[in-house]
Amino acid sequence: MAEQAIPGYKKWLEDIGEQGVFFSQFFRNIFKGGFEWSEFVRQCYEIGYKSFMLVGLTSFIMGMVLILQLRPSMVEMGAESMLPKTLAVSFIREMGPVITAIICAGKIASSIGAELGSMKVTEQIDAMEVSGANPTQYLVVTRILAVTLMVPILTLMGDVIGLFGGFLALNFTDDISFHLYFNKCIASLEFIDFLPAFIKTFFFGFAIGFVGCYKGFHSDKGTESVGLAANSAVVTASLWIFVIDAIAVQITSLLYYR
Amino acid sequence: MEETAVKHKEEARSSKHEVVVDIEHVSKSFGSKEVLKDITLKIKRGENVVVLGKSGEGKSVTIQCIVGLLTPDSGIVKVFGEEVAEMSNEELKELRTKVGFLFQSGALYDSMTVRENMEFPLTRVLKMKDQGEIDQRIEEVLDAVGLLEAIDKMPSDLSGGMRKRAGLARTMIVRPEIMLYDEPTTGLDPITSREISQLILQVQKKYKTTSVIITHDMECARITADRIVIMDDGEYIAEGSFDELKSSKDELVRSFFNETA
Repeated sequence: MAEQAIPGYKKWLEDIGEQGVFFSQFFRNIFKGGFEWSEFVRQCYEIGYKSFMLVGLTSFIMGMVLILQLRPSMVEMGAESMLPKTLAVSFIREMGPVITAIICAGKIASSIGAELGSMKVTEQIDAMEVSGANPTQYLVVTRILAVTLMVPILTLMGDVIGLFGGFLALNFTDDISFHLYFNKCIASLEFIDFLPAFIKTFFFGFAIGFVGCYKGFHSDKGTESVGLAANSAVVTASLWIFVIDAIAVQITSLLYYR
Repeated sequence: MEETAVKHKEEARSSKHEVVVDIEHVSKSFGSKEVLKDITLKIKRGENVVVLGKSGEGKSVTIQCIVGLLTPDSGIVKVFGEEVAEMSNEELKELRTKVGFLFQSGALYDSMTVRENMEFPLTRVLKMKDQGEIDQRIEEVLDAVGLLEAIDKMPSDLSGGMRKRAGLARTMIVRPEIMLYDEPTTGLDPITSREISQLILQVQKKYKTTSVIITHDMECARITADRIVIMDDGEYIAEGSFDELKSSKDELVRSFFNETA
């Protein structure tokens, strides 16, 4: 029994060590010079622009669903007028960032994991390395920075679209003007509701990019490993999003809501 | 004094008898499997050496050690007189501009067109900026491998043979002094295999490279080799020209040639 436990434990430790090395390589290569601007812009387009519809649609539906779910309870309590505020605070602080990050983990982490994994299998990464080019700078730095920048932007857009979805759902049953609804939403929000939620999205983005790149870059040399890299990237990135969210909420509560 | 030493070194470098790759007593294992067992091999400038052996015998491991992709467990690999394992990252990068490596699959970057694949080492490795010069060099090398018409195609639109040609062009574009070919004809039909083998010879003559060709294709070995080294179970068991080895009395050596007889 003990003999079987040791390899798994050692493998886990090796994996932690490799992640540490990968992390330091990423930071060293950011400041090394020769930043790949064209690849970075291409990745921002691939990651950000091409995820916009999916994030927008999901946020829109979530905004609608939240209002439809909340309404009966709020009406029962006589707090129907509080619906815009409830939606705004919950969406901006929590739902928007987490939903966007989870959608991005599913779409972006898996695609990065699969892309880099297949490049590894087909020896493209080795070819880059033996040619004297720097695969970390070209493939990893650009992707991680692009995701770190794009997830917060997608979250901002998702927040607005989610609130708009809530407005439409509210108008199924109640008659509220667009102007009044958004006035209520904005009036209910303080800067402190927005800022910590916005800051944590950068960490979500970094986690998605880092996990996707790490899993792809360290996949084994077989076609099966491409699927495993993509799958493992989604699962690990999603888990990290919840861990980061829990830590961020705890820090925010300690600093601002005591 | 120093000038004389530099001159002497330059003369040695340009000499046909200069040993450019020196592998001494190299061993390498993966887990419990020992794939290289105390091998020694010297390759001179301008020579075409074919390493012949069955699949999974560690032939590719040899050239991966030459270019620093793998580090031997014991022994020394020297390229241009410098020990590869002792090189810093910058020295390794410098070495890799002089040593080209053609992968079995061609390893073209599949998100880029053929032209972008060629541009990549020029702009990233040689740091070339003049677009006119870049275009000229791309056209020259693609013309040399007969792929000029495919310049704007994606790798997915190319056949197996064209991919190998494009991979060869991308490796040659930085004008390396040594070319390492990992199974250049594997997976190709006999006619295309022969074309690739002839191309290897043409490239060697045109760019005056030293070549190490890893293969189990006897026709490729016949066309390209100045010298053949036969590998079995992680060891070099025989060495000589194609004709010398073909008439060898060793049964194992002869078995390689009998397959094509």
